[in-house]
Amino acid sequence: MSVLVGRNTRVIVQGMGKHGTFHAMACREYGTNIVGGITPGKGGTTLEGFPMFNTVHEAVRKTGANCSVIFVPPPGAADAIMEAADANLDLAVCITEGVPVLDMMRASTFLKGRKTRLIGPNCPGIISPGEKCKIGIMPGHIHMGGSVGVVSRSGTLTYEAVGQLTALGIGQSTCIGIGGDPIIGTTHTMALELFNKDRATKAIVMIGEIGGSAEEEAAAYVKAHVKKPVIGFIAGQTAPPGRRMGHAGAIISGGKGTAEEKMKAMRAAGIHVVKSPADMGKMVAKVLGHK
Amino acid sequence: MKIHEYQGKAVLRKFGVKVPDGEPAFTADEAVAIADRLGYPCVVKAQIHAGGRGKGGGVKLAKTRDEVREITSKILGMTLVTHQTGPEGRVVKRVLIEQGMKLEGSREMYLAIVMDRDSQRPVVMASSAGGVDIEETAATNPKAILKQYVDPAAGFQAFQARQIAFGLGLPNTVVGQAVQFIRALYEAFEKTDASLLEINPWLLTADGVLYALDAKINFDDNALDRHPDLKAFRDLDEEDALEVEASKHSLNYIKLPGGNVGCMVNGAGLAMATMDIIKLAGGSPANFLDVGGGASADQIKNAFRILMADTDVKAVFINIFGGILRCDVLAEGVIAAVRDLGVKIPIVVRMKGNNEALGREMLLNSGLPFQTADNMMVAAKKVVAAASGAPAKKAKAKAKPATKAKASAKGGRK
Repeated sequence: MSVLVGRNTRVIVQGMGKHGTFHAMACREYGTNIVGGITPGKGGTTLEGFPMFNTVHEAVRKTGANCSVIFVPPPGAADAIMEAADANLDLAVCITEGVPVLDMMRASTFLKGRKTRLIGPNCPGIISPGEKCKIGIMPGHIHMGGSVGVVSRSGTLTYEAVGQLTALGIGQSTCIGIGGDPIIGTTHTMALELFNKDRATKAIVMIGEIGGSAEEEAAAYVKAHVKKPVIGFIAGQTAPPGRRMGHAGAIISGGKGTAEEKMKAMRAAGIHVVKSPADMGKMVAKVLGHK
Repeated sequence: MKIHEYQGKAVLRKFGVKVPDGEPAFTADEAVAIADRLGYPCVVKAQIHAGGRGKGGGVKLAKTRDEVREITSKILGMTLVTHQTGPEGRVVKRVLIEQGMKLEGSREMYLAIVMDRDSQRPVVMASSAGGVDIEETAATNPKAILKQYVDPAAGFQAFQARQIAFGLGLPNTVVGQAVQFIRALYEAFEKTDASLLEINPWLLTADGVLYALDAKINFDDNALDRHPDLKAFRDLDEEDALEVEASKHSLNYIKLPGGNVGCMVNGAGLAMATMDIIKLAGGSPANFLDVGGGASADQIKNAFRILMADTDVKAVFINIFGGILRCDVLAEGVIAAVRDLGVKIPIVVRMKGNNEALGREMLLNSGLPFQTADNMMVAAKKVVAAASGAPAKKAKAKAKPATKAKASAKGGRK
């Protein structure tokens, strides 16, 4: 039916500022079970009907939460991730954009050997439309329950792909925005692994972008393990070289990181790569044998 | 964020990394005063945010006071072209006057620390082939680059520095000094939230002293708020004027040379995909522009100001996936911006989200030069045709009521 999140997911919101509260309400309206919010100092009060807690530990004890969505501003975001992991949540989804890289490096080290899976940061979140569970900032109404898994590094481009699928009557099992930062909790490969195991997922859409080599790794994984059809797109085919990557970074990646390299690796792995972002939905329809 | 060499060296000095003595100068008089203090010979180095300055004629040795004056006068104001500046080059506005180092009998090596995406940790890299293009070494002889990955919890260790020092074949008498040097460099990297710190060349003088002869530092933009002292190093002269203006309004804008289709998009991924589809439609994007998730009326107006300041732009493609933002609110913002700024060139708008049909109707009934499209490729073809001067097909005021979003929401799995 879905991966990672579903009807039994009990969500707390870390960082109930204006932004966090707005999206907590939108998620609740969509059907997500939001069981409380965390703002240190606001424990014991309620906000828009949400019971508030001072710490994640306290919220878990009192609500049985197993998932957190993080809206804490950049300076405190890594701290919030580590707090969620220390409370043994199954999943932490960090929406925050602009977390310093060294902070994320420490947080990701902290997560090693712990139970908590991280999605993000700098991501739209995760949604399982068939389960009415939306944890993030994506517009719920463009989604539709079904059997296509979507994984993407970008926000609005994911909406674009989902919009195309839904318009063609093709529903989604789960859509995961993994985030555009250099250090993220859940990679393309990990998401593919989840979709590959999920019986309800029949096909996978993978949207990447230039930089790093996560898409190449994912392609290698697909080649070795995935029997389900994978449809891929890479954004940034026309991006000027050198604008985003420091040149010493390019050394380590050994010339990897361009859209062309990525598309080549994906094609070689049997992924159905589309050149035009307007063709993502159509390709899924074709591969699945829809008209 | 990038900074100048002299600023980088000042940062390194604070952390105990040995650099040659020197100071920046903005005039020939200043240069002479600094050189008098340092003694002769000294080196005049053009300060721009790009490598390859030596090959481009921006680094010169001066043996006398007259030479310092002459060389500085020549370099200040010159347009320096290197393999990193692009053909248009950069105008030099400041120079670094530095003590001349004896290079006879010295060794030039390479040392760098960079945040590695793949391993999600910093890596310290060194090579005995310094002073040359490290990219070339990486391509032709990758084994010549020594690497030490840093454990994020434990930090960079002395044994790792020793492995590099011995790996480079440094004499035993210098190894202790090298270990100190590399550890100080790592401390600078960590404490300043750097994303790249590159010493090329890393000099070992004939009498056995290590120096950072050049220094390149990039900082993590996300971390600058906790380093106000480093933030002050930003040199706006080194950045594209429009990109600076855009960044003031939290717009992420990058000018692309040679394009004529201005793009305005929300979200970085969709913005890149929009550039791609313009190319696929046979056109050429003039820029990358991400207005952010919200795309408020103010943001739209600021974005139009930036796009209109680029005289290469012959048509504009607005591609917004509304999400939470309503399309009628967006249309209102677009119409207001176009009216207020008197935008005359053709504009193709594609927007998705709530109240799509209403938004489209508002645009088409505004009497302004808008075209709309539902599909991204159709929109791209329209804007490419418009940019190349093809007459726009008459816009139909009657928009078909597109309630796709609603219909599909209903069609969801029960």
